[in-house]
Amino acid sequence: MREIKASRITDVIERLCIQANTRLPEDVKEALRQSREKEDWETAAGVLDQIIENFEIAEKEEVPICQDTGMACVFLEIGQEVHITGGALQEAVDEGVRRGYEKGYLRKSVVKDPIRRGNTGDNTPAMLYTEIVPGDRIRITVAPKGFGSENMSAVRMLKPSAGLPGIKDFILEAVETAGRNPCRPVGVGVGMGGTFDKEALLAKKALMRPLNTSHPDPFYAKLERELLEKINAFGIGPQGFGGRTTALGLNIETMPTHIAGMPCAVNMSCHVTRHQTEVI
Amino acid sequence: MEKHIRLPLTRELARTLEAGDTVYVTGTIYTSRDAGHKRMCEALERGEKLPFDPQDATIYYVGPTPAKPGQIIGSAGPTTSGRMDAYAPRMMEAGARGMIGKGARLPEVAEAMKKYDGVYFGAIGGAGALLAKCVKACELIAYEDLGAEALRKLYVEEMPLVVIMDSRGGNLYEEGRAAYLKQRKKEKE
Repeated sequence: MREIKASRITDVIERLCIQANTRLPEDVKEALRQSREKEDWETAAGVLDQIIENFEIAEKEEVPICQDTGMACVFLEIGQEVHITGGALQEAVDEGVRRGYEKGYLRKSVVKDPIRRGNTGDNTPAMLYTEIVPGDRIRITVAPKGFGSENMSAVRMLKPSAGLPGIKDFILEAVETAGRNPCRPVGVGVGMGGTFDKEALLAKKALMRPLNTSHPDPFYAKLERELLEKINAFGIGPQGFGGRTTALGLNIETMPTHIAGMPCAVNMSCHVTRHQTEVI
Repeated sequence: MEKHIRLPLTRELARTLEAGDTVYVTGTIYTSRDAGHKRMCEALERGEKLPFDPQDATIYYVGPTPAKPGQIIGSAGPTTSGRMDAYAPRMMEAGARGMIGKGARLPEVAEAMKKYDGVYFGAIGGAGALLAKCVKACELIAYEDLGAEALRKLYVEEMPLVVIMDSRGGNLYEEGRAAYLKQRKKEKE
């Protein structure tokens, strides 16, 4: 058994909260720059220029890319040979979020209760997802998630008879009806299969896969390309002012499902699709 | 068209602005979002005064990040305006003509804009670091307990905005997409 102190996890999460909010992942930067190259509609090109200038300022001055510094989604892949000592895991994670959001001058955007509201004041609790994997290390990912796009996400329990056309229609409908609310160009995470809750988690995980990668199965890789092309023919464009660049990328994650079901979830993101990872 | 304007947003000035215009705005604006709007509308219902004079005022839908030492304001991009649709007509009735945000509005808001000569400006969503550069002064004026949602008075210089909806019913979201698709179709023929 390898022992890892809970305080070490806290330190890493504190650092990742700040990094993720000030620095875009390389694949997202690249996707924005490539979209700018391809964009031939004047207004849209101007918007993309401002978006690129914005992430460059944020990185240089170490300030948040976006004022919605999100809910801290924390993914831990914990090796089964690891023993965490010196404190409870959720508390260690929350402490990391608390410190990171305070020290990084990040916005506290979490309320205590869905109906009665009331800001918790320190952006906790973190949305914590754990997975037990082989090995003796912990892979820690912090993905701050803004709600302009989160609010436009959708899940549907499709009938198997709807087939591939039904899946395509649902995804395209979800992205189109999200309209101008999520900050376009968006990232689209799609989860298929599993159960009602697993499909949604897969969609969220899809957003953390680099935008320049494809699903390992050629069938889904082709579907990713086809759907992205269709979305970028909508004409909605950056910020919805018209243009080619409606989405930066679309990733699909899949898993087996029940004979009676074909669940599908679409988790919308924005051009500030953030995540940073560290392995300890 | 590119325009440079100075606030307050009088009825006359508002009428010169059209959907699709790029507008560089200089002057005083006020920040408010969900919780602040709720409180202001409740105050108006009780016949109380607002924390600022709403006449010809412009409200920026934003909840900035805390300012780092040496900064006037933290990152400050727009939030989704649709959540303020329930309050916007009441605010326009009180005199607040300008709105800065992002995303679609309900027909009720468009109707109130025609009635009161309102203007809905879009700031680039997600460009919080860039937009903060236009803010030259920031003062907290009310509802401090709301944190990021507190009411702030800002002085902005040459803030880059786009008119999304104008007082005559013009709407860039509809017209911009249609113009782009029309151009694409023409190229294909």
